[in-house]
Amino acid sequence: MMRIIIALLSGALFGGGLAISGMADPMRVRAFLDLFGAWDPTLAFVMGGAMIPMALAWMVQRRVGRPFADRAFALPDTRAIDGKLTLGAIVFGIGWGIGGLCPGPAIASLALSPAAAAPFVLAMLGGMAIHHFTIKS
Amino acid sequence: MIAGFPDAQPIAGLIGGLMIGLAAAIMLLGLGRIAGVSGLAARAIGLSASGPPHGVAIAFTVGLPVGAVLVALLSDGIPATFPAPGLLIVAGLIVGFGTRLGSGCTSGHGVCGLSRLSRRSIVATALFMGSGFATVALMRLTGMI
Repeated sequence: MMRIIIALLSGALFGGGLAISGMADPMRVRAFLDLFGAWDPTLAFVMGGAMIPMALAWMVQRRVGRPFADRAFALPDTRAIDGKLTLGAIVFGIGWGIGGLCPGPAIASLALSPAAAAPFVLAMLGGMAIHHFTIKS
Repeated sequence: MIAGFPDAQPIAGLIGGLMIGLAAAIMLLGLGRIAGVSGLAARAIGLSASGPPHGVAIAFTVGLPVGAVLVALLSDGIPATFPAPGLLIVAGLIVGFGTRLGSGCTSGHGVCGLSRLSRRSIVATALFMGSGFATVALMRLTGMI
């Protein structure tokens, strides 16, 4: 139960941060990617702001043996920079540019602009399902 | 306001960014997990073999719209303009497939991986930003926007 509450709190804080920062507005996100249009640097401030608590958190993580509410850290340990990583990132960037939405803002927008966000989120889950059933991990 | 960029919201962006970073820090130090939205959302609906217990993934994913709506209620509303539904569906399919193939999105690789100085995440973030820039440039060149 404790873990569920922590995850819900983290998700809500994350979603609130997305809403405050303007990242729930696809046109603002796309304006960051629009170097030859009316470029909007807001996204860089969001990323910069998010780096501060997380850089501190990684310093703490290296000094503690286990997380507060679980037995052990379960963190990605893959080091290979392979075709899946590079191709996946490039493909994701294409969709991000077209829609101005990445997964976090899209899901958060389900509560803010449900009619507009739902088609994207459903298609995104469809894309995840296609990956799940076609690509071996 | 920044001179030359009348639409930029640096203060709101920084505050929202700090909240996002704090949320990811709570996930890391509380539950020992990366706050990667694409991975957690896939896990929440049973499309990922690895990750936290389903309850944790569902709670985080549900938390995103809950937090957003709380902010909207406490403020004057959150302005947002969306592309046409057809574009959104194409973009959604591509984003869903690409984030799973590349093992992460703006949150997992961007926020969590960059701050960890993970080489994989630095490469992934550079690539998805680069292809995002190129895609929007191409849309502008072809008159789509």
